[in-house]
Amino acid sequence: MAGGHLMLVLGISTATAQVGCAIAGHEGIIASFQSSKGRRHAETLAPAIEFLSVQARVPLREISAVAIDVGPGLFTGLRVGISTAKALASTLRVPMIGVTSLDLLAFPVRWSDRRIVSVVDARRGEVFFSFYRQVPGGVQRLSEHRVGTPAELCSEIQAVGGEVLAVGDGAIRYRDDLAELTRVEVGDGSLAYPSPGSLVELAHAQALREEFVQPWELEPVYLRKADAEINWQVRERPDQGAGGLGGPG
Amino acid sequence: MTEPGGQVPSGPAERREPATGLTILGIETSCDETAAAVVTGGHDVLSSVVSSQVDIHARYGGVVPEIASRAHVELLTPVVAQAMVEAGVSDTEIGAVAATVGPGLVGSLLVGVSAAKAMALVWGVPFVGVNHLEAHIYAAFLEDPALEPPMVVLLVSGGHTMLVAFHGHGRYEVLGSTVDDAAGEAFDKVARYLGLGYPGGPAIDRVSMQGDPEAIAFPRPLRGEGFDFSFSGLKTSVVNHVRKHPDVRTEDVAASFQAAVVDVLVEKARRAAASIGATALCLGGGVAANSLLRERLLDACVVDGLHAFLPSRAMCTDNAAMVAAAAWYRLRADGPTGLDAGADPNLRLPSLVGR
Ligand SMILES: [Zn+2]
Repeated sequence: MAGGHLMLVLGISTATAQVGCAIAGHEGIIASFQSSKGRRHAETLAPAIEFLSVQARVPLREISAVAIDVGPGLFTGLRVGISTAKALASTLRVPMIGVTSLDLLAFPVRWSDRRIVSVVDARRGEVFFSFYRQVPGGVQRLSEHRVGTPAELCSEIQAVGGEVLAVGDGAIRYRDDLAELTRVEVGDGSLAYPSPGSLVELAHAQALREEFVQPWELEPVYLRKADAEINWQVRERPDQGAGGLGGPG
Repeated sequence: MTEPGGQVPSGPAERREPATGLTILGIETSCDETAAAVVTGGHDVLSSVVSSQVDIHARYGGVVPEIASRAHVELLTPVVAQAMVEAGVSDTEIGAVAATVGPGLVGSLLVGVSAAKAMALVWGVPFVGVNHLEAHIYAAFLEDPALEPPMVVLLVSGGHTMLVAFHGHGRYEVLGSTVDDAAGEAFDKVARYLGLGYPGGPAIDRVSMQGDPEAIAFPRPLRGEGFDFSFSGLKTSVVNHVRKHPDVRTEDVAASFQAAVVDVLVEKARRAAASIGATALCLGGGVAANSLLRERLLDACVVDGLHAFLPSRAMCTDNAAMVAAAAWYRLRADGPTGLDAGADPNLRLPSLVGR
């Protein structure tokens, strides 16, 4: 079974409210798991991978590459996926393939001839988004991944002009804001989260082209800086206020 | 060495006993140290790698949770690889993978827990979730296997301050803990207030050498009363004293503050040891590196006829060898942890005596 000609890819996507994983081979998607309600990412992911491997009869040792949704998205869920994927890849001694959550959202609507905007809910009144257009066999990203308010997203969409299809949980959350724009349609719940199936399909093609990164090289896409604004009292230097919590040990 | 999966992952209690020579890969990411270690039989440390983020957090004067989590993601893969190489073991020799599941920063904990579960899945070996506080207790056994219960462990760090009675493996009782700030937290806050930098423990320790510990009579909170601690009032006393006496020497403030903290810690630890008829007193946690605390506790043990255990600096601070050691005992007692386990930032050390 473990012949070198068999390219089996395990994919993990946890950058949104959804926990997803899938396995693909030459024949396409072999098995996939998705859950967007219920237990949290860390509790669900490892049992889901185990279930997938057993049900699909693909022992983890036969996996030849680990694909991962690198974000942008919710930090904690994102890190659960990335930490799991890095550990799987380094333990299996196989390479990794990183795909962004926004690219994954656009992929299932690649047959649309409209402009596509992928929108991930970033919480705190903001969204992550990117624009795409159809090209043979997939989509092409037209902009950098960005973080902004729904109002900023709306003005970007207006600047694009033409018909626009908005997909992702961010588009659904701010559906009312988007509805005020003409020629914008919001994709339904089936397009709310990055599909682990899309991830392994995309990654499998990349794997055949040997477009890999190594586990120690793979980096999450956060798009937001870490917060470090907690003020502490300081003797005679009240202006130096940045502080944190806790301590070593 | 043990075969992978050589122990029974679940089943009746009498079948849970792991092979005594079981080799465990431990992972620790609860705060600002990214650590991995390989330990055989709960005591034989084959490797222990710790990558400290202290420099990353120093400019903020404390651990910033989001920055810590990001650093763990970046550092864990190379740290684990180094621990495996230094241990000189192959993957097939690892019989279980353990990680700290709490208490700690939830985002940081999840990085280690997720990685440990993934490795356990690939190798087909048990995953063991470890209580960080229990791990600190087991640090003592790594350096002094001759330690015998009953003993009292004084656990002092930036995150915790507690007195634990250790009656036997898995049989302990929390005698007292802090009702507000941890001792290490008080050190950090006072050091920051005095402009001594971060981390506060070593800074105050160093400056205190040039100060008079009797210059200022700071209060000894809860001294002589029970086994709980309270340090936030002491921190306020320091701030008030400095405001009232702007010309006071920083060295004297630091030395007097440190003397007050150490006084309370040692007095309660002695009384705790006497109350349970302990034969030994152990120190653990980052503040255990404090030179005055070590000196005073050693003196007290000599007077009271107690065996004193003062861990090395590497064993005081967070490391993964103690996680792997605690996991060995946990696996023997409870069997593996389910792969559906999460992290618990507020996990407590359960009192397990008399249950
Ligand atoms: Zn600790």
